[in-house]
Amino acid sequence: MNSFDSKAPAGDLAQKWSKHKAAIKVVSPANKRKLDIIVVGTGLGGASAAASLAELGYNVKVFCIQDSPRRAHSIAAQGGINAAKNYQNDNDSVYRLFYDTIKGGDYRAREANVYRLAEVSNLIIDQCVAQGVPFAREYGGLLDNRSFGGAQVSRTFYARGQTGQQLLLGAYAALNRNIGLGRVKSYPRHEMLDVVLIDGEARGIIARNLVTGEIERHGAHAVVIASGGYGNVFFLSTNAMNSNGSAAWQCYKKGAFFANPCYTQIHPTCIPKHGDQQSKLTLMSESLRNDGRIWVPKKLEDVKKLRAKQIKPSDIAEEDRDYYLERRYPAFGNLVPRDVASRAAKERCDAGFGVNETGLAVFLDFKSAIERLGKDVIKARYGNLFQMYEKITDTNPYEQPMQIFPAVHYTMGGIWVDYNLMTTIPGLYAIGEANFSDHGANRLGASALMQGLADGYFVLPYTIGDYLSRHIQDKKVDVSNPAFDEAEKAVIDKINKIFSIKGKQTVDDLHKKLGNIMWEYVGMARDEAGLKKAIEEIKELRAEFWKDVYVPGKEGDFNPEIEKAVRLADFLEIGELMARDALNRNESCGGHFRVEYQTEEGEAKRDDENYNYVAAWQYNGSDAEPTLHKEMLNFEYIKVAQRNYKD
Amino acid sequence: MKLTLKIWRQASPKAKGEFKTYQVDGISPDTSFLEMLDILNNDLIHKGEEPVAFDHDCREGICGMCSLYIDGHAHGPDTEITTCQLHMRKFKDGDTITIEPWRSRAFPVIKDLVVNRSAYDQILQAGGFISVNTGGVPDANAIPIPKKNADESMDAAACIGCGACVATCKNGSAMLFVAARVSSLALLPQGKVEGARRAKAMVSKMEELGFGGCTNTRACEAECPKGISVAHIARLNREFLSAKLKD
Repeated sequence: MNSFDSKAPAGDLAQKWSKHKAAIKVVSPANKRKLDIIVVGTGLGGASAAASLAELGYNVKVFCIQDSPRRAHSIAAQGGINAAKNYQNDNDSVYRLFYDTIKGGDYRAREANVYRLAEVSNLIIDQCVAQGVPFAREYGGLLDNRSFGGAQVSRTFYARGQTGQQLLLGAYAALNRNIGLGRVKSYPRHEMLDVVLIDGEARGIIARNLVTGEIERHGAHAVVIASGGYGNVFFLSTNAMNSNGSAAWQCYKKGAFFANPCYTQIHPTCIPKHGDQQSKLTLMSESLRNDGRIWVPKKLEDVKKLRAKQIKPSDIAEEDRDYYLERRYPAFGNLVPRDVASRAAKERCDAGFGVNETGLAVFLDFKSAIERLGKDVIKARYGNLFQMYEKITDTNPYEQPMQIFPAVHYTMGGIWVDYNLMTTIPGLYAIGEANFSDHGANRLGASALMQGLADGYFVLPYTIGDYLSRHIQDKKVDVSNPAFDEAEKAVIDKINKIFSIKGKQTVDDLHKKLGNIMWEYVGMARDEAGLKKAIEEIKELRAEFWKDVYVPGKEGDFNPEIEKAVRLADFLEIGELMARDALNRNESCGGHFRVEYQTEEGEAKRDDENYNYVAAWQYNGSDAEPTLHKEMLNFEYIKVAQRNYKD
Repeated sequence: MKLTLKIWRQASPKAKGEFKTYQVDGISPDTSFLEMLDILNNDLIHKGEEPVAFDHDCREGICGMCSLYIDGHAHGPDTEITTCQLHMRKFKDGDTITIEPWRSRAFPVIKDLVVNRSAYDQILQAGGFISVNTGGVPDANAIPIPKKNADESMDAAACIGCGACVATCKNGSAMLFVAARVSSLALLPQGKVEGARRAKAMVSKMEELGFGGCTNTRACEAECPKGISVAHIARLNREFLSAKLKD
């Protein structure tokens, strides 16, 4: 039976997780050996889950599309990971991390989940250190911290500008150890193309071997989706080129509800687009806002001169600079949350103050930090980011300010899960960015790494036992079951159909068109008319894809074009649901900004009376409209208020 | 910019490969090298030809997925970057550019410029970890670690596992890759515990998988996109020797 109950435990907030753990069932070691689990994706969530589940004694199969689990896109996270250790004695606590996360998410996340996240955050840091993650340290040998947006304490642990890499290498090492011990079987260069349900419960997947093109069947007693977010629906984003929403989307099409698809994070500090030949956008870590100051000129004539390259940014006098975040948000300054910083940049650029030829860039300046701390300190903190910036733009950020602009970065929406991280399909779990659960309408910096590892190391290994304890008598899943025949046939038919179209447009041609529609109407600012238009245009483009796409080569071969085509077919459906969800939500909150709903100062204006819910969508077939289910959010411990970063 | 590209084409692991020549035009100097290949591929598809297969993913120099031997250099002519971070402003209008896959016995070609680097995973599975389970570990600040050691450990841990060192080495040795991992963990007290065992397991796996030996030419260090120092190889040798002495 499908269940749409959050299962968030009752009782005191701080006791919810402990009580829940005590109440749920466990599986004995002898029975764990008889149970199989499939994990799809090897980022922080997938790798940590696969390793931890294997250590408990389950038989694990792990799948990733890259040539090695180490290359999952968590590797690219730069800035850090939050935890409520309070090592800096700055009055941090589990409650404060919980509070900041709920507030940062604009009061659209589930209290119980977020509190648990804050609670287990400290265990993550301990675990990573034990694995040999080389976090930054002070001279005394203890761990160093820095600050991230939406927080007034220093709770972010980091490993230079490569924190995601180091955390993933830690989880990957744990995974490798278990692969070496024979507890996990790894399937790199494999892509999940469908989830298989038997009697309504998840019992396996259909995967494509990306090297040979073979379609494979894999059975298990539970399936865990850890396939990341769907930001590449915009074509240009900070996601890796192969990141996609397809695994999650197949779950939706098999009946799992999809929650809050419109909540998209637009990251304020990315390198601006250089032209039409661009394939992706590069993030400059939020950590740079610890020392970098964001500004545009106060005078339009200076803007004109900058664009004509008659003056350099450093020629503009201090009093002629508008440090607009410090001006508008004195309490948080340059460290306001991402959605606020992005909208503020857009506001200045819309007003004509954009500092490059396209008018779509603002400055991130280290001049005063270099004067205050010296170049060596700045280099030690951000050296690799500065090097990356210089290689891409050919400009030395030690001498001239960086140019930055917002870009699509993360999707807070995802597969709906209950407190156990189970979807509405029994036996099917979703963790990390692939689920919707912890960040509400806006994720705070350094919280994605925290959530991925919390889910994988410390939540799922407990909660999955509650489900599996009811299946200890089940035999191995038989992949000759008709449900596998049917799912496999659908996958093969879909691939053959795409090959047979032999139209005139490449996958990239069509993907760029989708990206333009999404950025224009479902991007940083949305309105009713635009969203309605987007829904129609996406439908038309989808029809165009199925009539006119051209995929070269053949099936049964290494063929990146067919991989991209299958993913784009799903993006063309995901985009529509995002627009539909954005149209339904007649309010602004976090990363979802409807121009009709804003305060006089241009801040997001929520409507708690009517939209204090998680929007969970149920699939009804390719041409039918999806059904909206509402999970009401109850705030028992936090007073819901208009977000204030001014004082 | 207008460029001539000589690209290695090979249909499958066993097929005989060859160089084919292509022209691209209208390339902006601000375009990245892989974006230039995207443009070539889009043109090839429009012409009904099969695009060039190459590995890539994050396009910001961290995932280690991209490879390519460009004009005789792993990751191309620029220093301390991966191919995805290489920009066309490093070339001149009218240049001819030769593009090959990593060439090493341990990295067989899958198709065109794509190679199989699963041998790297196998080396790490043999010992590239600290043997701790999830949970039950001490507080993160329980063991102070000198900043210098943590920094040096981080220098080694910056390895992205791309394979440039193997592709560059005349012996096809994976010593820099193995050393980076061994050294990164050996510098930390929690990794020291099984340091000797780790070094021995990883080196013997490396030899078993067909990688060559190290003859100290330091070519790996020169081409490493993350600037990883051969000093880590010396530390690996120390760990390895102490393991042998204990045998």
